[in-house]
Amino acid sequence: MPHPAPPRQRLGAMALADLPGLTTRHPAQFRAMPPGRLAGLIATAAALGLLVFALWRLEFSPARLLGGIGALGRFLVLMLPPDPGSWTRAGLILHGLAETVAIAFLGTLMAAILALPLALLGARNTTVNRLVQFLARRFLDGVRGIDALIWALIWISVVGLGPFAGVLAIMTSDVGTFGKMFSEAIEATDRRAAEGITAAGGSRLQRIRFGVLPEVLPVLAGQALYLFESNTRSSTIIGIVGAGGIGLYLSEMIRTLEWQSVSFIILLILMTVALIDFLSSKLRAAIASGG
Amino acid sequence: MAALLPPLHRARYDVLAAGYDAALRERRRGTLRAVAAMVALTLLSGWVTGADPARLVRHFPAFLSYFDRILTLDSGARVWTDPGEWFWGLRRWLGLLGDTLLIAYAGTLLGAAAGFLCSFATAANLVPNPLLRGAVKRGLEFCRTVPDIVFALIFVIAFGLGPMPGVLAIAIHTAGALGKQLSEVVENVDPKPIEGLAATGAAWPALVRFAVVPQVLPNFASYALLRFEINVRQASVMGFVGAGGIGQDLIEAIRKFYYADVSAILCLLILTVMAIDLVTERMRHRLIGGEP
Repeated sequence: MPHPAPPRQRLGAMALADLPGLTTRHPAQFRAMPPGRLAGLIATAAALGLLVFALWRLEFSPARLLGGIGALGRFLVLMLPPDPGSWTRAGLILHGLAETVAIAFLGTLMAAILALPLALLGARNTTVNRLVQFLARRFLDGVRGIDALIWALIWISVVGLGPFAGVLAIMTSDVGTFGKMFSEAIEATDRRAAEGITAAGGSRLQRIRFGVLPEVLPVLAGQALYLFESNTRSSTIIGIVGAGGIGLYLSEMIRTLEWQSVSFIILLILMTVALIDFLSSKLRAAIASGG
Repeated sequence: MAALLPPLHRARYDVLAAGYDAALRERRRGTLRAVAAMVALTLLSGWVTGADPARLVRHFPAFLSYFDRILTLDSGARVWTDPGEWFWGLRRWLGLLGDTLLIAYAGTLLGAAAGFLCSFATAANLVPNPLLRGAVKRGLEFCRTVPDIVFALIFVIAFGLGPMPGVLAIAIHTAGALGKQLSEVVENVDPKPIEGLAATGAAWPALVRFAVVPQVLPNFASYALLRFEINVRQASVMGFVGAGGIGQDLIEAIRKFYYADVSAILCLLILTVMAIDLVTERMRHRLIGGEP
């Protein structure tokens, strides 16, 4: 804490005692409505108005809210203690969890490999020409605009139900994210190394291989690890539409109101995510320090 | 210049070269080890997920033809030859898209408000009590880690079908995600205004309101806008579990193979997301000022 208590209180008392003097000396600070305040008030009112409209349009009602919260409270009581029910079910759930992590890993890896060439095309300093750069960027934006869950549905209609569709879904939705992140990292590289390669007579590909890649690869690896963390979260849910992983069991248990199993699965997910976050932040620190 | 350097002693050169080779070998070995670990993990996860490259190759034409099919009308013509037929349900879809945006908006605003309040309770420079801080932090962590669609699944049962569970699910997830980001912002504020306010005898709420909020408000707004962008995408799939928005129509179109409808809805979604990205990016740059 910045200061011990007594002087602070004494200063406060002194300021209060001198209030009339302060008001006459600094009239601008004591105006009821400082300039700029009005614009802020109007913006706040507009935002709140839109919120009220949204709540009305989306059929919010206090009765429903209270009823729902009551139901949630009952579910919460039923969730305790977390319990998978039977050993067979626990086995299935653990297998689903392993599938989830594997989906995230494979999907992230494949997305990173596919995104690298696209990112090189989409970055200002490594692209072929302006048109290719523009097209690559828009393609990545379009892919990114579609959620992994939608990709999962599309891949299911192509390769059928199962975790393989999940891997492909994570891969496709991540290509867009990676492509954008990678090309921004590539654009942020130091130009001098690439210029040096050009000055030594290197071709475009040599410039990328020796002038750009050595600098960006550690950054890209860090970003890939970071996305792997977030993908473990996304791949827990793609099972909801049938693309493998623990989400299948989770949605099944929720729909059949097996609340103890639900809390067991959620607990497992929380622990897995925490473990992966821990491991990947360790790895990222190692990469950042040049290990 | 090089000619002026004294020639390196032969023995010294050998030592240096050997050292260089050894360092290089060590690095190569490290890289090889990392690659081997990656390959092992890849094979393991390939085995667990039943990922089969042969299957992918076999089905890849089907993936491409899927896009061919969604770009073809029932009459066999390409979709863009008859936009009226392609977007036959435009009015309904635009309404649902509007609902989706409203779900994202209401969820973001409610969640941001909750995260905003929590972020002051988790900042070490405002709340000295580690127990309270830890409790709020754990709560936010829970809200952040459980995916919003899981909350939506549970809320749909508790609150009934419709957009309301979607809004609440997004709000809770947003509170968790923003609460963490914002508390980092709050912990990094300039301590001088806080000391100044404390010196005037201000109580805790006044201290937060006049010393901290003005410093962090632009950052808060910028993070909330970024979250809004993410939430628009999330709101578009809330309908998959019955929690309102355009997702309901989309999943029906995909599952029932109404190909042209799939592409029409996806086009509307992509355009909306891109427009929102552009607008929020502009607003964020203005908020943070100067910075690119």
